[in-house]
Amino acid sequence: MAKTVLPFGPQHPVLPEPLHLTLTIEDEIVKEAIPKLGYVHRGLEKLAEIRDHNQMIYIVERVCGICSCLHALCYCQGIESLMGLEVPSRAKYLRTIWSEMHRIHSHLLWLGLFADAFGFESLFMQFWRIRERVMDLQEETAGNRVILSVNQVGGVRRDISAESAQWILDTLKTVEKETLQLKSTILDDYTVKLRTVGKGVLTKEKAYELGAAGPTLRASGIAQDMRQTGYAAYSELDFAPVVETDGDCYARTTVRFNEIFQAIDLIRQAFSKLPEGELAVKPKGLPTGEVVSRVEQPRGECLYYIRGAGKKFLERVRIRTPTFANIPPLLDMLPGCDLADVPVLILTIDPCISCTER
Amino acid sequence: MSLISTSRVKSPWLIHFDCGSCNGCDIEVLACLTPVYDIERFGIINVGNPKHADILVVTGTVNHRNKKALKNIYDQMPEPKVVVAIGACGTSGGVFREAYNVVGGVDQVIPVDAYVSGCAPKPEAIIDGVVIALGKLAEKGKKVDQGIFERLEKTQEAIKAR
Ligand code: SF4
Repeated sequence: MAKTVLPFGPQHPVLPEPLHLTLTIEDEIVKEAIPKLGYVHRGLEKLAEIRDHNQMIYIVERVCGICSCLHALCYCQGIESLMGLEVPSRAKYLRTIWSEMHRIHSHLLWLGLFADAFGFESLFMQFWRIRERVMDLQEETAGNRVILSVNQVGGVRRDISAESAQWILDTLKTVEKETLQLKSTILDDYTVKLRTVGKGVLTKEKAYELGAAGPTLRASGIAQDMRQTGYAAYSELDFAPVVETDGDCYARTTVRFNEIFQAIDLIRQAFSKLPEGELAVKPKGLPTGEVVSRVEQPRGECLYYIRGAGKKFLERVRIRTPTFANIPPLLDMLPGCDLADVPVLILTIDPCISCTER
Repeated sequence: MSLISTSRVKSPWLIHFDCGSCNGCDIEVLACLTPVYDIERFGIINVGNPKHADILVVTGTVNHRNKKALKNIYDQMPEPKVVVAIGACGTSGGVFREAYNVVGGVDQVIPVDAYVSGCAPKPEAIIDGVVIALGKLAEKGKKVDQGIFERLEKTQEAIKAR
């Protein structure tokens, strides 16, 4: 059959965000995929020239609404190391707790969207119902559901009281129980398996070569997790990266599913070790020099390069986000797949376009 | 005709377009559809095709690349139609308004009927905005319907005159 060129996006029911792919198909089999980006580009990095380094926290939080807290954390860590600040250990633990809450809500969100991508709408509703509990936790502790704004240079802005902590732990128990109930549906169901097992295989070598990040990388058998570098309080907590070896959609689902339980466990550990003390130190001086700061977001490694010249305004902020790293692996997966699998494959890297394009 | 104008308001179909938003507003729009907020109790269904939709929900700032896509989607929707701009970004450009690639709020490109403030607005606020827009949809619908009757009469007269 002759080749057909099919535009996919920018406005597509399966994508919450505008991503455009030009697909060349032959007999419903994708031969080539060319991405076109830039629909969400705003030019945030340049805003560093007109916003001072404290105001920039609020800008970088809005790079992505799903992992806002982690963007701010990564940025603040960078500025803190430029200023030579030592963050109080209670603040470090609280940062860990909020980061892991974000991971739970992001993975539940993804599991729901993924179920919706292959047409399992009731499963989408179930995951999002559980996710609302985590959103309540975030609203209770930070005052806002999505953009938390808890990080500041030198520490955190809010505390979690002992009562809230108890309530959080109780809610997490429910979240854990309800998520486990869905395990047999998302991981053992015959029809779901038909759509995921063996689809979009990314081999270990390819994943490494193309520079995949986060769950996409770990599902291909590479145990790399930026939390192992021990930022915030992770050096004092006990965990191991969740790894699968098959590299297909099923493996990526399993990794994200299991990371929810890992995150719940990390929050429990963090609460059990939570030290008393200050929430933040007062920042002194201005950021001078250059630094690279890294954190593990729900989607993978996020990297900030920050350069300051001893002025209020930073010279350069460069953000490299996990989805940017995961687009080459996606383009490697697409050729040879069925046209009907394209939405599933796109979602399986958990794309966050607003991060990628900033 | 009254059946159409009733069902237009009691069962409006909604399309969501993300135009340079940070995702914060998008996930709140999606959260409206889920069991806790359940926007479907107003008869609202989220559709993917602008030609089926009555309400256009836009999140985020308009930038130089997607303004054409936004205009295109708006033009594809049949009359009567209403637009709801979500979040600080949708109303004015929000924190991004000074960025070089940002045009500003949604109203720079297409007419907006309801604004929902907040960054990100809570799902309750979004539902409120959509319900306000529904009132406007009913008004606009009346005008469209009247027009239809007038045109119908004119055509009938023209036929008779022949
Ligand atoms: S209003 Fe706030 S949450 Fe919504 S898109 Fe803009 S920055 Fe994101």
